[in-house]
Amino acid sequence: MMIGLEPTLTHYLLLSAALLTISIIGMIANRRNMLTILMAIELLLLSSNINFIAFSAFLGDMNGQVMTMFVLATAAAESAIGLALLIVVFRRRGEITVETINILKG
Amino acid sequence: MLLIILLPLIAAIIVGFWGRRLPRGASHLICCSAVGISMVLSFYLLWRVNQGYRFDDDIYTWLDLGFTRLTIGFLIDPLSVLMMAIVTFISFLVHVYTIGYMKDDKGYARFFAYISFFTFAMLMLVSANNFLQMFFGWEGVGLASYLLIGFWYTRESAIKAGMKAFLMNRVGDFGFIIGISLLFATLKTANFSEIFVRIDELQGLTVSLFPDYELPLITTICVALFFGAMGKSAQMPLHVWLPDSMEGPTPISALIHAATMVTAGIFMVARMSPVFEWSDTVLSLIIIIGATTAVFMAILGLVQNDIKRVIAYSTLSQLGYMTVALGVSAYSIALFHLMTHAFFKALLFLAAGSVIIALHHQQDLRKMGGLRRIMPITYITTLIGAWALIGLPPFAGFFSKEPIIEATKYSTLTGHHYAYIALTIGVFLTACYTFRMIFLAFHGQPRFDVHHDRGYQAPKESPLAVTVPLILLAIPSIFAGFLFIKPMLFGNFFDRSLVVASEHHAMVDLTENWHGIGAYFLHIPSTPAFWLALLGVVVAWFFTLRQPQASAVLIRTFTPLYKFLINHFYFDAFYEKIIARGTVAFSRMSTLVVETMGIEGFLVEMPIKIVRWSASLLRHLQTGYLYHYALAMVLGLLLLITRWGMI
Amino acid sequence: MNAASWMNLSLLIWFPIITGIATYLLRHVANGVISRSVANIAATFMLFAVACLLYSFDTTIAAMQFSQRIPWIPSFGIEYTLGVDGLSVLFIAFNALITFLVIVTRKPNANNAYIAALLVTSGLIYGAFTALDGVLFYVFFETMLIPIYLTIGIWGGVNRKYAATKFFLFTLFGSLFMLLALFYLYGVSGSFSIKDWHILPLNIDAQILLFIGFLLAFAVKTPMWPLHSWAPDAYSEGPTGAIVLLSSTKIGAYAFLRLLLPIAPDAVNQLAPWMIILSLIAVIYFGIIALTQSDLKRLITYSSVAHMGMVTLGFFLLGDVALKGAVILMLSNALAAAALFLCAGALSDRMGSCRIIDYQGIVNVMPWLATLFVFFAMANVALPGTSGFVGELLVIFGAVEYHLGVGLLTATVLVIGAAYTLWLVKRVVFGAIGNSQIAAMKDLNHRERFGMVVLAVVMLVMGIYPQPFLALIDVSVTDLLAHLARTKL
Repeated sequence: MMIGLEPTLTHYLLLSAALLTISIIGMIANRRNMLTILMAIELLLLSSNINFIAFSAFLGDMNGQVMTMFVLATAAAESAIGLALLIVVFRRRGEITVETINILKG
Repeated sequence: MLLIILLPLIAAIIVGFWGRRLPRGASHLICCSAVGISMVLSFYLLWRVNQGYRFDDDIYTWLDLGFTRLTIGFLIDPLSVLMMAIVTFISFLVHVYTIGYMKDDKGYARFFAYISFFTFAMLMLVSANNFLQMFFGWEGVGLASYLLIGFWYTRESAIKAGMKAFLMNRVGDFGFIIGISLLFATLKTANFSEIFVRIDELQGLTVSLFPDYELPLITTICVALFFGAMGKSAQMPLHVWLPDSMEGPTPISALIHAATMVTAGIFMVARMSPVFEWSDTVLSLIIIIGATTAVFMAILGLVQNDIKRVIAYSTLSQLGYMTVALGVSAYSIALFHLMTHAFFKALLFLAAGSVIIALHHQQDLRKMGGLRRIMPITYITTLIGAWALIGLPPFAGFFSKEPIIEATKYSTLTGHHYAYIALTIGVFLTACYTFRMIFLAFHGQPRFDVHHDRGYQAPKESPLAVTVPLILLAIPSIFAGFLFIKPMLFGNFFDRSLVVASEHHAMVDLTENWHGIGAYFLHIPSTPAFWLALLGVVVAWFFTLRQPQASAVLIRTFTPLYKFLINHFYFDAFYEKIIARGTVAFSRMSTLVVETMGIEGFLVEMPIKIVRWSASLLRHLQTGYLYHYALAMVLGLLLLITRWGMI
Repeated sequence: MNAASWMNLSLLIWFPIITGIATYLLRHVANGVISRSVANIAATFMLFAVACLLYSFDTTIAAMQFSQRIPWIPSFGIEYTLGVDGLSVLFIAFNALITFLVIVTRKPNANNAYIAALLVTSGLIYGAFTALDGVLFYVFFETMLIPIYLTIGIWGGVNRKYAATKFFLFTLFGSLFMLLALFYLYGVSGSFSIKDWHILPLNIDAQILLFIGFLLAFAVKTPMWPLHSWAPDAYSEGPTGAIVLLSSTKIGAYAFLRLLLPIAPDAVNQLAPWMIILSLIAVIYFGIIALTQSDLKRLITYSSVAHMGMVTLGFFLLGDVALKGAVILMLSNALAAAALFLCAGALSDRMGSCRIIDYQGIVNVMPWLATLFVFFAMANVALPGTSGFVGELLVIFGAVEYHLGVGLLTATVLVIGAAYTLWLVKRVVFGAIGNSQIAAMKDLNHRERFGMVVLAVVMLVMGIYPQPFLALIDVSVTDLLAHLARTKL
């Protein structure tokens, strides 16, 4: 692969994989802020969107782009609910530190 | 005929249910008249049967099993009618006697209901034409005995004795029912006449108890049946309940534990004579057990101090004589002795009861004495009973006991020598303990406690209701022997109801040597038994009246032996300490080990513990940290992709 | 069918359930008077209805009578099929009798919701005894647990929650295996009809698996050794009425006859020796355990399960006499257990305790109870003339016919049974008055006496003239045995 060439499918997939990895690490390694987790989820969804669009362009199938729209809508809904929950948590506990929120511990 | 059997039952039901509301007089009137009518009818039936009347038919079908019917039916032949006559006669006298004996007891009506029920059950037993009904009567008398021994239900020892009697009988019944079942399993019928006809089909058949271990079928059946008889007729080693049953009121001891119920085993073996005749092994076993019982129980009779227990051991010993007679195939003598024994033993018990009420329920021989002058009727009747018991001619016992001893001489079965010696010694012992009892109770100085406070009544002769039955029993105790010996032993009174195989010829030999009553009297002096009996009386006299301290010397010299005797050869101790306690301990242990630890602890608790334990491990996975879950998801995803290539 | 057309088995099932629900709903109306009378009328009516059923029952045929068949879930071949034959008819009759006695002789202050639960249970029991469809049977078999679970858990003794939970979990555990067996049979035959399964050919491995599946379910319910552990707890904690009903409902043992034996005859023939050993363990082991129980109701429970051991023994001896004996013994044990539990209930109502050492000499203050107690004890030790004797005699006959050793072990029940029963009687009934509480105890009142006397009379009738009872079951048992002798391989 040489610099200055047209980006190929591989590049998009690599980008998507990188984003996915970043988002997962963001979820797992992050112990402070719950907001970061929400952002990581957004990133995760975006990485899947990139996959969809890349394949859509590659295969010439519009379904991929339609799917992306769905994912975006879902992501919006998800972040809305997520933020709402976050606010509730903050109101009740005064913090959103992930490490301290373990009331589901068995 | 049905009336004979049902009348006592009806009386029992009426008095049992409404007895508490009836006046006392009504209770005994109903029961006595019912049993009295029954008795009269039995005697009539006896006369008819002697004329040749027979009856063997079913009344109704109890269970119809398809291939056979189990029925309720009656068999009236000389054997059963003789038993019916004895039972109703003794029962009637005991009913009358009870009026006097139980006068002040608050369970008056209940008592009458029980003894009438007993009479009913006993009649069912003897008149059955099949095993089933016989078993019904067999258990019915057991129930009556249980209730009557424990009649004074607040007394701990009485209830215990009742329970012991029932359980010991149950051990015997266990054998009995196995015998019945074996017969039923092989011949598919419970009817006596069918069994007797077809019993030879079983010859040579075997039955397996363990793999590769075959038992001859008929012998097994007979052993099982005889085991039942041992329980009921209190043969060693199942005898321990009988002495204890003396806890019951004395009329019961006379009726159930001397004259009738305990002879049911003898009756059963006689009834089953066509079966027993097929097995020499079992006949030998019967001889040996009977002889052992006869002599060892007589020995125990020597050391008892309770007047009723002396007679109880005497009953055991006499039952041993009857059993020996069965063993040597002299069934008719066994029944003859059963009959005379019923008379004189009931007499002795009722007389003892008369003494006991006179002394306000004092039963200890050491606290009696000198009653001869106070209670002349009781004394004389007791004396008659005692003479009959020790077999002094011309009293009844002589005619029935002497032939038993002679029959053992003629027998050829294994054990007959042993039986002959044992029975002869037994005669001596019988005389010893009987006269020891009489001398202690009626002769010598009065040793009973005399209270001088008001309300105390000095011992006096018992009322008519008590003495009349005594006299009525004394009469057959004197005469039954020489009146009935000829028809019963050597005539053909029993006809075909008893069967003797030709190779068991003791009875035949005996008949050949029978030359009439007169000749029989003449050979008295030549029998060792007669002299031994006299010797026994003398020995008893020596140790009780002449030299009372001599017995104390003997006891001191042979203390271990005496202890052995006074503890009844430790049979009771063995059953109580080892069998009963052992079972209870085993039960406790299995409750603890198997039930609590095994089933509750392992089967039930184990799954609970496993769930709890695994949950306690798995709960650590639920950390509550979001990022742990996310990691798990990702790792799971990776695993799916890499291991199984799902995507 | 030849039966009278008005006889409707659904009526038997749903009438008590509906009246039970009505009793529950009306429990607060007019101080519960309406509700109480509804229950009384329902119980009496059921007795009458079952009497009519018995009257028009044809004893000469082995086929199902009064059959009903309605599609229920057609896509799976599940049908609402009911029918009665000789095996079930007497259980239905006894259920009606016991329900009647339990409801009519209840305590005046008994909770109406409790009575409602008993009525519903009774209806479900009818259902289980008449169902001829696998799923329908399963539904009734399982639903029955719920009201009994509730009665034990709500109106039971101190440990009621533990006992109720244990009871529920045990039976549920067993039933799951039955459900698997039912599904397997559906998979093979494409039908849920029990009658179809009876004639379904199966290879020996399948039969053995089915045998084990059914066995687990029925062994828990019967109960058989060693799956009995729920019984002493449930019976000692439950309220009297409920345990009388439960102990007299021999649905587990009945299910052996309806499902296990005819569906897997070859497996039965092959595994019978093992089942005989298990049953003998039950007979002897439970008898010995019963000896030293310190609790009245636990002792009665062990006695009852020991007798159930004889019942299963009678089943697996696979003989004509033994099987008939087993069925009669089941019926007789239903009566004996019910009667003894009634006695124990009457005592614990007065004393507030079931420990044997708290009692002594009740004969002095309660002659009626003492008399009946001794009578029931005698029936329990199978005294001839009582119902217990008939069954035990026939089973012993069968056992001796099968093998002398088995017969000997079986007959030990005569001794062991007498030992624990008489010892119990001695400790509770006889003796001097034990303490001041006993001295203050009152004898049975009319309603208690009525219940016990009726049971005593039935026991006596059954003991003195058992032929009519046998006649009812005779043809069906013979048919079952003929079926067992045919291989299904």
